[in-house]
Amino acid sequence: MNYRHFKAAPLEASLQEELKKQVDPAAAYADLPEEELFTPARFDHSAAERGGYSNYSYWGATLRAFFKNKVAVFFLAVIVVVLAFTFIQPLLPNQRDPKTINNDPATGVQIINRAPDEEYWFGTNSIGQDLWARTWAGTRTSLGIGFAVACFEALFGTLIGVLWGYVRKLDTFFTELYNIFDNIPQTLVLILVSYIMRPGVGTIIFALCLTGWLDMARFIRNQIVIIRDRDYNLASRCLGTTTGRIVTKNLLPYLVSVIALRMSLAIPSAIGNEVFVTYIGIGLPTDIPSLGNLVQAGRVLMSQPSLRYQLLFPTAVLATITISLYVVGNAFADAADPKNHV
Amino acid sequence: MAKYIFKRILHSIVTLCVVICIVFVLLRQMPIEGYFNNYDKMSEAAVQVSLQKMGLTDPIPVQIVHYFGQLLHGDLGTSNKFRQGYPIAKIVAQKAPISIKLGLISLAVSLAAGLPLGIMMARSTKTRWKLWDKFGTVFIVIVEAVPSAVYHLLIQLYGSEILGVSMLFNVDNPKTWILPIFSLSIGNIAYYAMWLRRYMVDESNKDYIRLARAKGVPEGKISRSHVFRNAIVPLVQYLPQSILFTLMGSLYVESLYSIPGMGGLLIQVIKLQDNTMVQALVLIYAALSVLGLLFGDLMMALVDPRISFTGKEGAR
Repeated sequence: MNYRHFKAAPLEASLQEELKKQVDPAAAYADLPEEELFTPARFDHSAAERGGYSNYSYWGATLRAFFKNKVAVFFLAVIVVVLAFTFIQPLLPNQRDPKTINNDPATGVQIINRAPDEEYWFGTNSIGQDLWARTWAGTRTSLGIGFAVACFEALFGTLIGVLWGYVRKLDTFFTELYNIFDNIPQTLVLILVSYIMRPGVGTIIFALCLTGWLDMARFIRNQIVIIRDRDYNLASRCLGTTTGRIVTKNLLPYLVSVIALRMSLAIPSAIGNEVFVTYIGIGLPTDIPSLGNLVQAGRVLMSQPSLRYQLLFPTAVLATITISLYVVGNAFADAADPKNHV
Repeated sequence: MAKYIFKRILHSIVTLCVVICIVFVLLRQMPIEGYFNNYDKMSEAAVQVSLQKMGLTDPIPVQIVHYFGQLLHGDLGTSNKFRQGYPIAKIVAQKAPISIKLGLISLAVSLAAGLPLGIMMARSTKTRWKLWDKFGTVFIVIVEAVPSAVYHLLIQLYGSEILGVSMLFNVDNPKTWILPIFSLSIGNIAYYAMWLRRYMVDESNKDYIRLARAKGVPEGKISRSHVFRNAIVPLVQYLPQSILFTLMGSLYVESLYSIPGMGGLLIQVIKLQDNTMVQALVLIYAALSVLGLLFGDLMMALVDPRISFTGKEGAR
């Protein structure tokens, strides 16, 4: 009870103060300086014209959000370094050709299955080719395949997906078409293509493009169906905006993040598909080094522990590239989503 | 509802017919050398005779009509190269059980591991260190980003060393079942964990969950009967498909461990140009995927009473 009494006195005093102010405000605030007081504003014509303006820029905000993510920046750096290195590597001094079979200068015998040492950093393979040079040459080939396939998928898949999702009359047609194409085994198409065309980089890109766009198209279609009847698009249609403009200005910007995500995942999956296609025996000819061919060659030898390096080195490079692309793609998609820009 | 199912099935049959026709035409584009083991040594007449025997000399539309007539009698045909003269239904009946067994076990394993992992990850996003979330994310990124063709190899290589078993599968030795099942499950574990976490996090940010929490509903009850119940709906759709697809087996895993299942069969017979078998297998697979979609939609309506396929109300 003592405590309450102690608190009550100052409270009482401040209450009295407030009451006094309310009774006679002019006297209570008389000692305030002039600039603290409100003054009536005059009508200013130019002030009425001044509109609200924010200096928000989409790509600026996206980049800022992306670079806040330390893990993603680290993996971006990894990608840049690995990419740069794959293209610089052949220009460095003392590099061997990936296709040359190396012979021992003293005896003239092929240097086969030599374990990694300071001369052959990744060792040599079963016919004496330098694995270090082959790994980087293979990375170049596989990245090229992955990038080409991903670009085609993004372009064609988005085009079909937008038509499928936005034009209601085409919906049934494309849905049926999808059901049919989706049920034709990919392997059958791949094998037929490899019969009709000569095996090579172009053929494998063509074959992977032929089957790869389906998923992308369906994904874009589902996104478009979700947003096409949102109120802002309805408003645009009521105002007489042309379909082309609605698609390019209203729908596609919304999809930038998901398209970027799909593309960054399409590159690793194309590389993975190349490995798989090589495994079932319809991949690139063995004289073109690619990650698929290297993994396949390493797989054959993997039961011998001393030769495992031939599988592990290409696998490590491949895993580094695909994991980096995956993380960067996910982080970029998060950053590109305007909902995360606050 | 029955009317809707009937319509869907009718629709699917048309789709299946078109798929069969396209595959039929594609197969006829294969070079005829592929039908014979010793094409170079055969005379022109002998080639013609055996083509006639296989029914390949008629015009393609006639061949297709013949084939459909045969299908209507419930006859998938006989293999003409893989095992000459052997009924295809019997080959499938021999090979399917092992694939189904492995597939179902691995499905059970991936549900039993993936769903709890997803729940733990979703719950730990609310805690300070987010340990489970970080651990799970690293696991998911590795499994999703590294091509499966590569990590299956590493699992086989190091798994067989750690367990001290042979790299190849043996029906009678239960220890050799572990690695194939693990290989088959790991991708699905990551898949289920990733999506369950995403759906649960989305769900737990909704207003009705906040209301429930404000009312004082215990945290365990919220996550069990509100968050999980709603988050599982989109995943349930894939369940029938996953069960049916176990029949197809996994091409890569089965051939790595030399499991005598369905996995590599399609590729094998495409390469052998065993036309009747390719057609039969494509028909089976396509039917499975169509049925899987149908059951998936029905299952979703069963789990979530708000979803209805018959009425128009609420649909855009």
